[in-house]
Amino acid sequence: MQISMKLEMKDSPGQLVAALKPISDVGGNIIAVIHQREPGSDHGTLDVQIVLELPEGRLEKLVVLLKEQGVHIQRIGEQRLLYKRTVILIGHLMHTDLSDTVDQIDSTGFAEVSELAMSMPAVKERSSSRLTIKSVTKEDMESALAILRRVSQQKSLLLIEPLEESA
Amino acid sequence: MKIALIGLGSVGRGVAEMITKKDLGLTITGLADSKSGAMNTNGLDIPILLAHKKKNGHCGDQNISTLDIIKKADYDALVEVTPTNALSGEPAISYIKAALARKKHIVTSNKGPIALANKELRAMANKNGVALRYEATVAGAIPIMHTLEHGLAGNEILALYGVLNGTCNYILTRMADEGLTYEQALMEAREMGYAEADPTYDVKGIDAAIKLVILANTIWGHDVKLNDVDCTGIDLLTPDALRLAGEEGCTIRLIAEAIPRKNILRVSPRIIEKNHPLVVDGTLNALTLETDMAKEITLIGRGAGSVETASAIIGDLLYIKDRYDRRT
Repeated sequence: MQISMKLEMKDSPGQLVAALKPISDVGGNIIAVIHQREPGSDHGTLDVQIVLELPEGRLEKLVVLLKEQGVHIQRIGEQRLLYKRTVILIGHLMHTDLSDTVDQIDSTGFAEVSELAMSMPAVKERSSSRLTIKSVTKEDMESALAILRRVSQQKSLLLIEPLEESA
Repeated sequence: MKIALIGLGSVGRGVAEMITKKDLGLTITGLADSKSGAMNTNGLDIPILLAHKKKNGHCGDQNISTLDIIKKADYDALVEVTPTNALSGEPAISYIKAALARKKHIVTSNKGPIALANKELRAMANKNGVALRYEATVAGAIPIMHTLEHGLAGNEILALYGVLNGTCNYILTRMADEGLTYEQALMEAREMGYAEADPTYDVKGIDAAIKLVILANTIWGHDVKLNDVDCTGIDLLTPDALRLAGEEGCTIRLIAEAIPRKNILRVSPRIIEKNHPLVVDGTLNALTLETDMAKEITLIGRGAGSVETASAIIGDLLYIKDRYDRRT
């Protein structure tokens, strides 16, 4: 499962590494570390937000290990996927195994189809669906869209992507 | 300045009428349609020739060919507005070359020669010290070439996005607004005179792709070809797809897009927010340029039409007159 944690620790050398070590100890995988140094903070502490992938049932162990390191856990939450894109697929979606199409994104671990709206006119006609994809990073979103492009081509589906201006 | 006008379809007629009607310092001394030609060093009587064309199907002497006009008439600038042949660019390329060989300025609305042979024609024009201008090839009346050349001079163009095909935009507007099927909207576009009997070029995105090639080569000079454009049309879109986009505050438009930094040269239907500047209604065209200094600039206007396209051609002619021709 993917979770995010907001941690507070002493702002001294080696603290961050010490705080991250328990994550690998319990078999977790760090996806992102966001450093937040509060301006004007005089507590001598450091706030760090981390996003990690954790095998099921290891969270409690991790919490214990972090406390042992003197790390204060301010917040634990299910990871909020930061990037969202909506695409539309047109074609013979059921005949080409829509659940497989969705699974190709979900199985990546870094992106998922969070919403699916669909219309199916007559049986032999092409159907249309709207997929909302979420991912942690922008690069992950690009990778997810690349997968979807490939799958759409294989299954002769028309993929309509959003216009993203970002030159 | 003396003009030879080649082609008397909708665009040619608009040019002839506007030059006659407005006092612009332009005189038509040569005129050719597909069947005949007329020339007079002192200026042709355009209303009489147009009336003759309306009545008899040709404007002038059937023993005078287009090439006769180009090679023999007394003129300073050739206005080449014959129909586009996207595959060979002919006979327009030959017409333009013949005029360039005589050191005549060229103004064209013809996408074929500019998409296929811009580099060669440009080199020939430069060598002969004359202008080769084609404002009317892209986005009709919108002065995109003048904007790039003058208004945005010194800017680096980072990307461009455009709605460059009025037929597709009309069809998509109608599908979104009225829930029409693609086939219904296309039929309506035909009835309105916005779509050709064979709409393939428009609805498959090829027309937009040709315009994208012209823009990309003008801006970045990479000499890209039609085959380099990743092109998807609108003919497989469903009303449901437009409805699904609409539920999210979006719609679908055929967007031509060039981003050299990412190696993107693409025409494809895209989901786009309804309040995005590129979402224009009906047959309108729109273009957004992203530049380093000016940031985003969007131009919106009519992408086709007789007088609208004449506006772009006359803009080019008057630019040439200003810049090169000091006699008048």
